[in-house]
Amino acid sequence: MGTKEINISIKELETELGQIKDLRMSVGRLAQETWDEPQGPTPFPSLTTLRNWDLTLLNRYRPFYLPLCDLCCLCTYGKCDLTGDRKGACGISMPGQQSRIVLLAACIGAATHMNHAREMVTHLVHTYGDEKKLDPGGLSIKVEAPITRLVCGMKPETLGDLEAVLDYAEQQIGALLACTHTGQEGNPLDLESKVFHTGMIDHLSMEVADIAQVSAYDLPKADPDAPLVEIGYGSIDTTKPVILVIGHNVVPSVGIMDYMQDHDLTGELEVAGICCTGIDMTRYSARAKIVGPISWQIRYIRSGIPDIIVVDEQCIRTDVFDEARVQQIPVIATSEKNCLGLPDRTGDPVDDIIDEFTRGTLEGALILDPEKVGEIAVRTATINAPKKRKKKKAKLTLKEGMEEAKKCTQCRECRRACPNDLHIPDALKLFARGDSAMLAGVYDACVGCIRCEQACSEDIDIHSLITLTAEERLEHESYKLRSGRGAIQDIEIRQVGGPIVLGEIPGIVAFVGCANYPSGGEDLAEMAMEFANRRFIICTSGCAAMTIGMYRDADGKSPYELYPGNFEAGGIVNVGSCVSNSHIAGAAIKIASIFARRNLRGNYEEIADYVHNRVGAVGVAWGAMSQKAAAIAAGFWRLGIPVIVGPHGTKYRRMLLGRADRDEDWYVTDARTNERIYVGPVPEHLFISVETKEEAMVMIAKLSMRPNDTSRGRALKLTHYIDLHRRLLGSMPADIHRFVRMEADIPITMKEDIVAILKEKDWKETVIPDPTLIRKKEVVS
Amino acid sequence: MNQESWLTAEVPGPKKASLITKPEIADAMIRRASRPVFVVGSIASEIDLEEKKLIDYVIRLARQFQIRVIATGSTNTAFLARDFTPDAVMPAVDAGFRLADPAWQGVDGNGPHDLAIFVGLPYQMGFTILSGLKHFAPSLKTISLDNVYQPNARWSFSNISIKNWIINLEAIIGNKEEE
Ligand code: SF4
Ligand code: SF4
Ligand code: SF4
Repeated sequence: MGTKEINISIKELETELGQIKDLRMSVGRLAQETWDEPQGPTPFPSLTTLRNWDLTLLNRYRPFYLPLCDLCCLCTYGKCDLTGDRKGACGISMPGQQSRIVLLAACIGAATHMNHAREMVTHLVHTYGDEKKLDPGGLSIKVEAPITRLVCGMKPETLGDLEAVLDYAEQQIGALLACTHTGQEGNPLDLESKVFHTGMIDHLSMEVADIAQVSAYDLPKADPDAPLVEIGYGSIDTTKPVILVIGHNVVPSVGIMDYMQDHDLTGELEVAGICCTGIDMTRYSARAKIVGPISWQIRYIRSGIPDIIVVDEQCIRTDVFDEARVQQIPVIATSEKNCLGLPDRTGDPVDDIIDEFTRGTLEGALILDPEKVGEIAVRTATINAPKKRKKKKAKLTLKEGMEEAKKCTQCRECRRACPNDLHIPDALKLFARGDSAMLAGVYDACVGCIRCEQACSEDIDIHSLITLTAEERLEHESYKLRSGRGAIQDIEIRQVGGPIVLGEIPGIVAFVGCANYPSGGEDLAEMAMEFANRRFIICTSGCAAMTIGMYRDADGKSPYELYPGNFEAGGIVNVGSCVSNSHIAGAAIKIASIFARRNLRGNYEEIADYVHNRVGAVGVAWGAMSQKAAAIAAGFWRLGIPVIVGPHGTKYRRMLLGRADRDEDWYVTDARTNERIYVGPVPEHLFISVETKEEAMVMIAKLSMRPNDTSRGRALKLTHYIDLHRRLLGSMPADIHRFVRMEADIPITMKEDIVAILKEKDWKETVIPDPTLIRKKEVVS
Repeated sequence: MNQESWLTAEVPGPKKASLITKPEIADAMIRRASRPVFVVGSIASEIDLEEKKLIDYVIRLARQFQIRVIATGSTNTAFLARDFTPDAVMPAVDAGFRLADPAWQGVDGNGPHDLAIFVGLPYQMGFTILSGLKHFAPSLKTISLDNVYQPNARWSFSNISIKNWIINLEAIIGNKEEE
């Protein structure tokens, strides 16, 4: 079935892109010649191949829709009012409409990763040739691409092989997007199944992007000792020319760093990144630095420090050019997906562009050649830096800031525009009177969106005043981050596979996603360290990984200096940028294949069933805001891995919630006996938004339980759950009886209390099955 | 005052909350309900209402009207510190999801709740969860007792001052006391 589909995709691609390739043969060749694992049932799954698995999960974790708006305005039949049980002119209901929007968001996210991967692979094939061998982990990794093996049933060996994977991904995303058209899929559960499919394709695309860049650019290869690099506003040496890079696709930044290397300029300039390009630059060269996550864009541009700004793709403020212009910082756009309205100067002589940039006659340019970008950025910054230092505008003084604050009329429009409802007017009132402490406090929870400024009728540069009062702290923002290590080694999986599956390592917690935090980033570092201390394995990536690093203990050490980078109990493992998230899913998948020796190849359902029932992994996207984060979460859902989001996460419009009180939802089949066994609500939810970090921590501990836990493992997990519940929520949890299967599950230190509760709840002992949600055919019939 | 969301971008409608223009409205709704339940978010223990916190009013209301209480976020700790034990501790979305199920027998197992009173949740969380209930729990009545307009509740205060808020809450409590 899968092979047939890839043939179809090839024909379409031939007409659209003019590429002539017989991929069917290529895939067939690979499969036969180099991999003797038998092909599983679902290589290259279509939109409906895994629908039964999805519906199994969705039957337990039901959608709870939270419409942001009563209307649908997607087509000119509408707007349609879908309040209550009304239907739109096309017949769609509110649940259908909400899941359609969720699908749209997931498609946007997955398309973004997929196209990022495509651009990366096309560029690398062009540079290194399609026969360039993939090597994401040297001798430490045999399962080089677990998601690709699982989903596509193929074992990619060269960069060229990855193109076949992307052909499939592109075809699927096209089809998934088509489902959202008016008068197409309208059944909410079918739409949700397609959301899961989108998530799976997203993970596949991320894997392709990351193993391509790791292999070709020689980024750290599954290296737990990836270098400690510098992060923070204050870590950048402003006496040197500063190139600021923003975005997610490292190719143009590699152009910059290569040019510096080739011209003996390494160390002469600072190359500083915001967002994932920052992380990936440090994977390429440990001398590169990171300013911070996405929310640092405005404050760093407004500092006037950068001598040139280079943007690539994704999560870049679309007003970056406007902001840069005010500071007279030239901007280079480097991606066809993000041209910023700038003139295309790709074909012009480098010297001309540099001349115009340095004379100030050109404010920005689109340059679609990464090598040219490298030369222009470096030379322009070098020439501009001394001039800029000379004529540097005197910064706003605190006194001037206070004068500015006096303009405030206390209308509160800023606060009403602020996504975190920050008390800006009160803080400004105090600041105007000379007390800056409250405004500096606003800095901690400010996500740098400048919605407040947009709302202010007095045109107060509120965000600039906030950073002004926090200036001293900003300048001390200098921390260490362990650069992205890439994949998890096979040997690490072998070592922890048993303890994880048996529950003796209490879980894997993945802190991922964007920086839209409800009350500042320190919560994230605190959570990561809490669970590392509890001997969970902590994985992280992207903006979340940066935020964890932007914390110092009393001795001035960051979490990456305090905890090892190994995939082991108590490790804090930064896998890398957003696309490196694939290694976290990959690790869960590899536990099934390397530790449990389940066949991986084209065998999605069995592996997902394994992961869901046995691998206590939990994703936490505390500041998730993007569509990519939605797609990444969806990829985890299809593997049955629960995801927790912060309070802003309800704006994703739907949760996937279990009902602990409905016993009938929590039965599995015992693979040994075919009996149906009650296992309790483990894991209780698949997608849940929580309100506070305390609630998040309790939820992480709770969602790490799995039906397969041994008694020792369950006792350990219960200890963490109960302990955190008591400490952070103030009481014993009321649902302990649902998680104790037999007396041996009871943590010894809490025995008396728990036995009393069990008695009260009329608890009955049960058994630990060999759990599966896949019911054998004969059982069904 | 008008029906304008507190956070300006959270544009409501067409179906939006009626205004609680005087305390008697909320009072009557609570009194008429046979199985009311409070959903109390974490901000309830942070907001100052002069010398008291919002949560103190919640406790008085809950005691006087015998309203069941769900503590969301980490509000449980603040309740316990005031010698008040909530009937349930659960995430706000979980509470919302259950309230949308007409078969749910409530926090005490004694039957479905007919009125949910929301207070102290982060604004957008209240907005989205109340929206879920507005659309998918047609037989459940909802009130927001925050001092900001929550358009997706059935009834809500407008954006009112702390002072006005205290007067309203005291009046609701007072009405009951007079009975
Ligand atoms: S897609 Fe359907 S519900 Fe939406 S506006 Fe068009 S007809 Fe109305
Ligand atoms: S920039 Fe900061 S203070 Fe201003 S609206 Fe955004 S989060 Fe609020
Ligand atoms: S919007 Fe402007 S004038 Fe109004 S309170 Fe905020 S800072 Fe003051």
